[in-house]
Amino acid sequence: MADEVAVLGVGMHPWGKWGRNFVEYGVAAARDALADAGLEWSDVQFVAGGDTMRNGYPGYVAAATFAQALGWNGAQVASAYGACATGAQAVATARAQILAGLCDVALVVGADAAPKGFFAPTGGDRPDDPDWLRFHLLGATNPIYFGLYARRRMEAFGATELDFAKVKVKNSQHGYTNPNARYKKTFTIDDVFASPMVSDPLRLLQICATSDGGAAIVLSSMEYARKRTTDPVRVAAVSTVTPQFPQTIIEMPNFSTDSAVSEPIPDTPFKDSIAQVAYEQAGLGPEDLSLAEVYDLSSALELDWYENIGLCNPGDAEKLLNDGDTTIGGRIPVNPSGGLGCFGEAVPAQAIAQVCEVTWHLRGDAGDRQVEGANVGLTINQGLFGHGSSVILKK
Amino acid sequence: MSDDAKTRTPAIEGWFRMDEADPALLGTRCTRCKTYYFPKESSFCRNPRCSGSEFEEVPLSRRGKLWSFTNNCYAPPLPYVAPDPFEPYAIAAVELAEEQMVVLGQVVKGVGVEDLKAGMEMELVLGTLYEDDDKEYVVWNWRPVA
Ligand SMILES: [Zn+2]
Repeated sequence: MADEVAVLGVGMHPWGKWGRNFVEYGVAAARDALADAGLEWSDVQFVAGGDTMRNGYPGYVAAATFAQALGWNGAQVASAYGACATGAQAVATARAQILAGLCDVALVVGADAAPKGFFAPTGGDRPDDPDWLRFHLLGATNPIYFGLYARRRMEAFGATELDFAKVKVKNSQHGYTNPNARYKKTFTIDDVFASPMVSDPLRLLQICATSDGGAAIVLSSMEYARKRTTDPVRVAAVSTVTPQFPQTIIEMPNFSTDSAVSEPIPDTPFKDSIAQVAYEQAGLGPEDLSLAEVYDLSSALELDWYENIGLCNPGDAEKLLNDGDTTIGGRIPVNPSGGLGCFGEAVPAQAIAQVCEVTWHLRGDAGDRQVEGANVGLTINQGLFGHGSSVILKK
Repeated sequence: MSDDAKTRTPAIEGWFRMDEADPALLGTRCTRCKTYYFPKESSFCRNPRCSGSEFEEVPLSRRGKLWSFTNNCYAPPLPYVAPDPFEPYAIAAVELAEEQMVVLGQVVKGVGVEDLKAGMEMELVLGTLYEDDDKEYVVWNWRPVA
């Protein structure tokens, strides 16, 4: 079991399409997290920033950008990027600094201002960049990969378009009252089926949009936390694992999987290993979870995660969903925040926002969407180019 | 020069054999551990238990089994060069038995997701990715074996 750090404060700037600079969202979230922690900015010794690739140089040096905007205080900084897993990379960096005894208080911030429409590669001809080539040679957008996974569930396990639509409906019912959500609306099965097909079998309402938003957390050593609070939420694990060779599931932005001719296929597939490593660090298992926040880039992908995090065996996710187990009030609510279906994705903020949500549940502060008696929560996502991301929090 | 006499040229050099009758994806194979790579790897073997750095170019199997499939109902953004008007097209992930890898590709025009089923045998052909005034740019496609 790994040592723990405390979550002293969390804060978010609501998701939306606000049309302002990403720095504003990050600073607003950071101020909220500091206020929630009862700390001053001057108390922060280390800032971990989640980078954004779509906002110029300030986005590549996010930690310093936020530190300057909060007012230079001499804190040490580190900026991290791991695609959708960026926030977890920043959390991991801050946690390691604290566990190494190099600082007592760290601020983690991620924020994004996202363009409209499909994620597309940045401009220019880059024939050596697989992310450019997948668009140029195949037109393989992100929804293409989500569509391949969704269709695979239908072909391998008999999943249906109705199952996928039910995930969207469930998450909208979870999240429509969430003050930080972008889409504050409940959707019906008919709404989902009436929305246009994007990448068969996935329709527009089942594919995550891109959003503006910001999220921040204040982490501290357990010793520092004990002087201020009796019962802080604790970070029990942070997993940022990469795949094992050969990686035999097709992943963004690749044209092919690894070839498995020379080495045995790993016993634990990549996405399962992300959770497995987190469970090992925490000394906990799926049976200990009270809730989970998983990356529903598509409605169908949420079902894959049920299996990857060990809530059920491969092929049983649809049953779990249809039995109501993953709805608030069920055995193991998944995405009580409303998930990406209610938020859209603000890439470098999203994994941090997942931690904020679980923290509110563990404190009993989640309002209408509170998972009663929550003790342990897991967040999970995956960034392209092989970035795992999972955080386990406990009371 | 009439339209049907446009020069056909690969949309990317060296990724496939530009032979309409006998096309093949061109990968590499580590001479030490025999791992296949597509697109080609030519510097250092990515098998963590292999220190190989020499590769031979190999054509990949022309046939495989359909693992999964989907489509683009809307035109992808640049750098995809989409025709106007846009026609939806399917994309397939095909498992090659010999190489033990899955390779993506567009499905030939005229074959939609409704015509596909996992496990179907697929074969590699050449198709036109996009064209300009004097050239057709060619890419590999997957097609169900009749
Ligand atoms: Zn090798």
